[in-house]
Amino acid sequence: MSEKIYGLMAEFDSPAAILQAAEKIRDAGYRRWDAFTPFPIHGMDKVMKLGNSLVGWVSLAGGAFMFSQIFGLIWFCNAFDYPLIVGGKPMFSMPMTFVPAYIMLIMGGAVGALIGMLGLNQLPRLHHPIFAKKRFELVSRDKFILLIGAQDEKFCVTETKSFLESLGGAHVEIVEDVD
Amino acid sequence: MAEAVNIEELKRLAPPAELQRAPVVEGKPSLGALTDKLSAFAEGKTPLWWWILFLPAAFAATVIFPTCLFYQVFTGVGVWGNNHPVMWGLDIVNFIWWVGVAHAGTLISALLFLTKQHWRTTIGRMAEAMTVFSVMMAGLYPAIHVGRAWFDWFMFPVPNSNGNWPQFKSPLMWDVFAVNTYLVVSSLFWFMGMIPDFAVLRDRAVGRIRKTIFSALAMGWTGSARQWHNYEKAYVVLCGLCTLLVFTVSSIVGLDFCTSQIAGWHATIFPLYFVIGAVFCGFGMMLVILIPLRKWCGLEGVITMAHMDKVAKLALVSGLIIDYIYLQEFFIAWYSGDPYERWVFGHRLFGHTYLYLGWALIGINVCVTQLLWFKKIRSNLLALFIIGVLINCGMWCERFVIVVGSLYQEFLPANWGKYMPTIWDIGLYIGTLGAFFMLYLLFVKFLPMIAISEVKGVMPEADPHHKLGGAKNGGHS
Repeated sequence: MSEKIYGLMAEFDSPAAILQAAEKIRDAGYRRWDAFTPFPIHGMDKVMKLGNSLVGWVSLAGGAFMFSQIFGLIWFCNAFDYPLIVGGKPMFSMPMTFVPAYIMLIMGGAVGALIGMLGLNQLPRLHHPIFAKKRFELVSRDKFILLIGAQDEKFCVTETKSFLESLGGAHVEIVEDVD
Repeated sequence: MAEAVNIEELKRLAPPAELQRAPVVEGKPSLGALTDKLSAFAEGKTPLWWWILFLPAAFAATVIFPTCLFYQVFTGVGVWGNNHPVMWGLDIVNFIWWVGVAHAGTLISALLFLTKQHWRTTIGRMAEAMTVFSVMMAGLYPAIHVGRAWFDWFMFPVPNSNGNWPQFKSPLMWDVFAVNTYLVVSSLFWFMGMIPDFAVLRDRAVGRIRKTIFSALAMGWTGSARQWHNYEKAYVVLCGLCTLLVFTVSSIVGLDFCTSQIAGWHATIFPLYFVIGAVFCGFGMMLVILIPLRKWCGLEGVITMAHMDKVAKLALVSGLIIDYIYLQEFFIAWYSGDPYERWVFGHRLFGHTYLYLGWALIGINVCVTQLLWFKKIRSNLLALFIIGVLINCGMWCERFVIVVGSLYQEFLPANWGKYMPTIWDIGLYIGTLGAFFMLYLLFVKFLPMIAISEVKGVMPEADPHHKLGGAKNGGHS
């Protein structure tokens, strides 16, 4: 069992404090860092330059897939494999196909959104190095934690630590990466 | 110093007190205190009232419900009162009623999110739970109404030895897709919303078992900015899709009726009629659920009187649209000149067998709803609770009048008949009510019943940019 450094974390008391600190971290040129907060902080995605989330595209793909599948399925069932005349209506037509296909588009889109969210967030996961820190439990309550990863090119335990302290971060601690 | 002047200036410019928006949470608690308050019920000792409500509900759900269900499935649909010509009885009435109850939940949680109504955060989760459980109850009815429940898989496009397929030209077939989609999507939406709150309960858990369960449910959620970024996007997308469902599922149930030839059903207004009726009924159920729970769970500062006022107003709006549709229905029946149509609508109010239900629906849905115009009524919780119960009864009567009232005297007098529910019909309804309330009480006790992180996110101090609260919370500082 080897213990490596995963990163350094610092704790802040308010959304404004963590947002200002995040801006300074970005300006200092750090790239591998993250903010852990009890709720989404508006403006944080811009500071972190996260761009547009890909979840929407995953959802669209799921919806489009289901829509086309159900369209094809209905054609196959009612017009190709077992053509059946009901009420003198055409074997295959838009009004009969659109509604179920549209409903399943919603199903595909919703499943796509959830899977996309979980996949992009790498969930479910059994462990994260930061779970080992006792103070992390306060993040879901009312604390805001910034973490600078050890893999960052600019990372240096002593310098980064004093930098985080200069930003006003409390409880600056090393997060160990336990393999 | 400059800041102080600024605050004075802003206060002077602020709208008068009566025009300011009510705060989402009363009493300005800190984020930590709010977290304690919102998770208190799921973590505390089970109170006596919970057992008093839970035991009868559990009895109905685990004794009456399976008894009626198994007796019907093993014996046949004949144990119900359904017979020619009234082939759709209480089973379909209750199906539509339960789908209806579900709709307000989705409307509150999804549509009000898209329109950025911050007050929805405190009641959204409870509304979603109502949706999920009532769709479960609704979905059961068509499955057993087919008579041979073991052939239910014929409704799905599964290859079988007869080589035949479902017939997609029928709205009844669309219903299969609609109800299943509604169940899946509303459950996903409900579950996804709870992930950050599972993490809250995980971090607060003391016992090992509790910690393990909530760790598994939270799936390793850390609340990092990257996770929130994807989460918020997924949430918006799901809200958009759920909003579509609000308008789609009941529309398709409405299509089951209006594509038939039966007088009283064959009307183009039905999809809209069913959607609005569903929403109206659901707001009634919302009042019935919220009023006792906010008191007994100590959530009066979170689900405030302003919330109840807004739910009541939404009930009023949907009730008024329903009233307009009643007017239209009767007018079109008269204006069409169709003797069968006129006969059916005349008999809804002046017939013999079911005229009490017809008048009950007018009395409740048209008259009682008007009481919600008055602020005095909207601020009286007992009155609101009674109105909520009455709305549910009124909408049940409406479903009965539509389904049975149109079937029992159709085109040929030789085809006329009567319908009376049997004890098995009623027992099954009581069973589903019990199952619904049992599930709901379990949800309230064990899961985060209020969206903790969402409520914290709309608190004034959650906004990093302004010092007064300001725009985000309607001037509430």
